[in-house]
Amino acid sequence: MSLLNLFKRDATRRTTLYSGHVVSDSARCVQCGICSYNCPIEIDVRAFVWRDEAIKNSECLTCGECVIRCPRGVLRFTQTDLFERRGE
Amino acid sequence: MRYVIIGSGVAGYAAIEAIRSVDQAGEIMMISDDPHGYYSRPGLAYYLTGELQDKTLYPRTQDHYQKLKFSFLKGRVTRILRSEHALELDGKSRLNYDKLLIAVGARALPLEIPGSKLEGVVKLDHFADARNILKLAKSSRTAVVVGGGITALELTEGLLARGLKVHYLLRSDRYWSNVLDERESKMVQGRLQAEGVELHYHTELKEIIGKKNRVAAVQLKSGQTIKCDLLAYAIGIRPCLELVQDIDLNLDRGILADEHLQTNDPDIFAAGDVAQVFDPLSGRAVLDSLWNPAREQGQVAGMNMAGRKTAYLKSPPFNVTRLAGLTTTIIGAVGRGRDEDIVGIARGDSETWRDLPDALVAQNGFDINHMRLLIGEKTLIGAIVMGDQKLSWPLQKMIAGGADISSIREKLMVPEAPIADLIADFWVTWRKQAAL
Repeated sequence: MSLLNLFKRDATRRTTLYSGHVVSDSARCVQCGICSYNCPIEIDVRAFVWRDEAIKNSECLTCGECVIRCPRGVLRFTQTDLFERRGE
Repeated sequence: MRYVIIGSGVAGYAAIEAIRSVDQAGEIMMISDDPHGYYSRPGLAYYLTGELQDKTLYPRTQDHYQKLKFSFLKGRVTRILRSEHALELDGKSRLNYDKLLIAVGARALPLEIPGSKLEGVVKLDHFADARNILKLAKSSRTAVVVGGGITALELTEGLLARGLKVHYLLRSDRYWSNVLDERESKMVQGRLQAEGVELHYHTELKEIIGKKNRVAAVQLKSGQTIKCDLLAYAIGIRPCLELVQDIDLNLDRGILADEHLQTNDPDIFAAGDVAQVFDPLSGRAVLDSLWNPAREQGQVAGMNMAGRKTAYLKSPPFNVTRLAGLTTTIIGAVGRGRDEDIVGIARGDSETWRDLPDALVAQNGFDINHMRLLIGEKTLIGAIVMGDQKLSWPLQKMIAGGADISSIREKLMVPEAPIADLIADFWVTWRKQAAL
């Protein structure tokens, strides 16, 4: 990977972090709690997923720990959009 | 009005939430002989690997329970007295009900070979089983795992994570042959071997040999002996029907329920692994042992119990799991034939996956990223996505929504077709049309 691509990848990651939030697909979730367990600021991520809601907690750092740790691919980042649909 | 729910799994809990959303005043009671109440049963796999702690497995706190205003009664229902609208508890006391939900789940089929009662012979049904495995693993070096499907792998990986040497016995020539194709089985097997699991093909257990009432070795039908301290089995599950055997409820392999989750008794409902529910996809009543259908069935049963007529529309079966560290999504019908390692259906399994549809198979693999599609005349019938999960959500929606893929069907059928790209492009257009 070239140096330019490395910068590009890092920039994309940063953009995702500041302009994104975590959304869920509750049909994939089994409420195991790995997401909540690994959240550094103890947001109960699993409770949002049960309600089929995005993780819209103002304290969320969008660090991505829950996204990475979920063994079932329940969580993913998406661009923040105030007019988006529920669960998207 | 008194609602009684037998069973503390997700179907039962979802029913309570649904009832409370309609009826604020009625009395709700949940009865279970599992002292742990409601917890994430699929999460036990991650408890075994050490990815989470036992207390993490409880999705709800006492606060939640208090808000729902229901009582939990630890006990065993020994009889259902339909004509009296009553339950007999622990062979002694009685409890009346107005509406009853049976959500008692399924349990592991027993291993019926000599030595199966020895200490060190384990299964993974409940919290207590997981705790028992962890306790025994501390004093064990080697484990043998028999069975198929997801649970056998969960046991394998859990024991491996606890530092045990694991032998995995397979009856046939590959892993989960009725759901995965040859290549997918090989991917999983290769990863297990890389993790240090010793795989034994075409192997059947003859007996478990004990020493001082504890597992010491297993003998195979071939005559070979493997020394071990633990024998873990997952050879399938069976709905718990003991309670409903002689009360004239319509039964097949599970309790037969209509689209309202109602049995032939208008005041008795069934949901979750114990229920055999009418499926519009196959036109027959099928068993599922999946978390999300159990939750949905519980919700629908709860609404109907509280008088809000609601129909359960079964989506194409869908499950996500981790096979040898590889996130895998199985959607719709992808399997073929039967798996010699499983009797009945395995946990995390759905019977629909095993119906071989009249469909053609297109597939594409990228090292550990793999996708297989089952293509019908105009629609996608099923898909398996292993590794990269970006396309599993679109595929799930396209299969559930019956997307007409005629425009890309020919291209998908070309050998070595870039099926991931074709699906991704198609999704962009279809999504707009379907307003998703």
